[in-house]
Amino acid sequence: MNQQADTPRMPDEVGVPDPFPYMHPTLKANYGNWAWHDRPRPGVLHHVSKSGDEVWTVRAGTQRQMDVFTIRKLADIGDEYADGYVRFTTRSNIEYMVTDESKVAPLIEKLESEGFPVGGTGASVSMISHTQGWLHCDIPGTDASGVVKSLMDVVYEEFVQEKMPNRVRITTSCCQINCGGQGDIAVNVQYTKPPRINHDLVANVCERPAVVARCPVAAIRPAMVNGKPSLEVDEKKCVACGACYPPCPPMQINGKEETRIAIWVGGKHSNARSKPTFHKLAVANLPNNPPHWPEVAAVVRKIVKTYKKDAKHWERMGEWIERIGWNRFFEKTGLAFTKHHLDTWTGARKTMNMSAHVHF
Amino acid sequence: MKDDSTNQGKHPTPLLDELEGGKWPSFVTGLKRLRDQGTESNQAIMNDLLGQLEHSYEERLGFWKGGAISVFGYGGGIIPRFSEVADKYPASKEFHTLRVMPPAGFHYTTDLLRKMADIWEEHGSGLIAFHGQSGDIMFQGCSSESVQPAFDALNELGFDLGGAGPALRTAMSCVGHARCEQSCYDEVRAHRTMINAFLDEMHRPSLPYKFKFKFSGCANDCVNAIHRADFAVIGTWRDEIKIDQEKVKEHIATVGRKYMIDTVVSMCPTRAISLHDDDTIEIDNQSCVRCMHCINVMTKALSPGDDKGVSILIGGKRSLKVGDLMGTMIIPFMKLESDEDFEKLEEFGETVIEFFADNALEHERIGETIDRIGLPAFLEAVGVDPDPNMVNHPRTSSYVRTDDFDIEAEKWFARKARESQMSAE
Repeated sequence: MNQQADTPRMPDEVGVPDPFPYMHPTLKANYGNWAWHDRPRPGVLHHVSKSGDEVWTVRAGTQRQMDVFTIRKLADIGDEYADGYVRFTTRSNIEYMVTDESKVAPLIEKLESEGFPVGGTGASVSMISHTQGWLHCDIPGTDASGVVKSLMDVVYEEFVQEKMPNRVRITTSCCQINCGGQGDIAVNVQYTKPPRINHDLVANVCERPAVVARCPVAAIRPAMVNGKPSLEVDEKKCVACGACYPPCPPMQINGKEETRIAIWVGGKHSNARSKPTFHKLAVANLPNNPPHWPEVAAVVRKIVKTYKKDAKHWERMGEWIERIGWNRFFEKTGLAFTKHHLDTWTGARKTMNMSAHVHF
Repeated sequence: MKDDSTNQGKHPTPLLDELEGGKWPSFVTGLKRLRDQGTESNQAIMNDLLGQLEHSYEERLGFWKGGAISVFGYGGGIIPRFSEVADKYPASKEFHTLRVMPPAGFHYTTDLLRKMADIWEEHGSGLIAFHGQSGDIMFQGCSSESVQPAFDALNELGFDLGGAGPALRTAMSCVGHARCEQSCYDEVRAHRTMINAFLDEMHRPSLPYKFKFKFSGCANDCVNAIHRADFAVIGTWRDEIKIDQEKVKEHIATVGRKYMIDTVVSMCPTRAISLHDDDTIEIDNQSCVRCMHCINVMTKALSPGDDKGVSILIGGKRSLKVGDLMGTMIIPFMKLESDEDFEKLEEFGETVIEFFADNALEHERIGETIDRIGLPAFLEAVGVDPDPNMVNHPRTSSYVRTDDFDIEAEKWFARKARESQMSAE
């Protein structure tokens, strides 16, 4: 070891950085003083301050997983067309702010010519919030970026215009932990088989009591297998959730055919009109079929089209379904309603219709 | 492998190549740019990363495993990834991620973006995600030996690691005060106050499990706090909604009376809006629940009131292990303007984190702890009085001992008397 390595640099625990040095000057000057906004066209927000200052924000889609060349290109566009400041939305769209309305059109033209679609505002299908998948996760059942790329290609037209009844938030998750979160449409891995256990490795790799404790249905118990301490799964109890796999990788939950995709609908974060809701199962057991996941894409396209055609303005997916009823949702989307749509988990009773209200 | 010789040792990627078509920006094209035009090191890493990813697409399985990697002084913040197929793809055999906290509200100068790109080109793979679901900038693809110099360079730039593991996690806040008239509090200040007060819990993981703060300026909850945060801070107001009646008339003149009724009056969740015959409106503010819908529709005519503050909801999380939980309303309203207000928020945060550290079981989120012990016990532990805003409706089960009901009722009446005296002063 050289001397430098003997005395490591002391970190400066700065915490969350102060955003003001990086904030567009007009945003900074009007911090907490905005009066109203409108949307002059899809992909553009126009905010007016109580001081009279105005700012136009142009929002564009990105691939989120960005190479340094893409980042530099986005920076170049910011320098040439937008005062050198950007921000990102929670759904990985990039936003450029300009204070001169005449700068909006050239900025849009530049972004589009460089392949960054302008949109994602208002009643559009915005970028899909997603996870890491095969690119980087240690427990993924599917890819994330690839699924998102395929689906965004399918719903591209709904990103660049605002013709949906209300905003549509799609999420994807590559395991049942559901890091992608709740969505109007959620495309999530759904395991179908209990874990396959490599008994040679369990004792060395897994903290067995922690794995036993992790199981939500108490299906895992310690066992001696081939003379080695290991774990076994009561496959009749197992709900194939995959919760044991992260703390115990020898309990492989994924399989080339066994890992499937389920689609959920009607999740909503906002409190506008109705209270926030969780998404609900629409269809399960779709194949995990890279590189385009066509079976998943077909269902998403069908749900988006049906909602677009049928919902009232400002109704989110879940609110639309609540109005028309689940039987009509399954009828209109051509999806099957099965016993698996009946919740069996804690609190399931509260999901049942305990009334004489029936949709015909 | 096919046709390596004509492709200078590049792994063929026929499945991934299919993701280069279509109109949406392609991450595959970006990965290939790094493989073909990146620094020598980026090129080698990305070639093998693309090879491994293609292998995943073929086998429909992931090939990364975790491990333990940290930087000097920290116990978390790095997501270690070691390849299980390193023999075939050696240059990306270590592909760790640095979780780095962005400026609150995700603001960047182009200069900052370039500096980050330069650092990651030098020390990592050249691949950065803006942002992870955690709210971090994800600097992806770093070898074990480069983690420390990469962190040092980012730290010199003024940036710090976020959370991972059983720890306080990186928070998110919406654009808020910076560019949104619906914002009801200073999100940047709240976000930085809370996280920076508890950095030790983030950087030296020692909590029972993860703990997340999120900050949304209004009930539209653009950072998804109620679903996703253990401690959700949501902006609200308690005086009257502000109405510009002339703008209401203009709105109706533009969209029509039927549309106004269908999209505003009928959609109010508590039927609090009446439309007058002269196309002005009246709002029953005591029935209004501050859901934001009418303000979202009529952005020029309506806006939040002046007596602003925050609600705090505790216990949001996804499935593992008891099932999905949303945050439960714990503090219906607190002011968040003065230094004293922010100190109170910080104190409450500290109380809740301490409760969590002391009482949660291993790998239990605070929402699950509250479920396990019941809301009354939690409220007692954190010193909050019960409030009707915490429930959809009072209990329906009679299985409870109420022998001290009168004492509890006295507390309620005493509290109400105190509150009315305070508001009279």
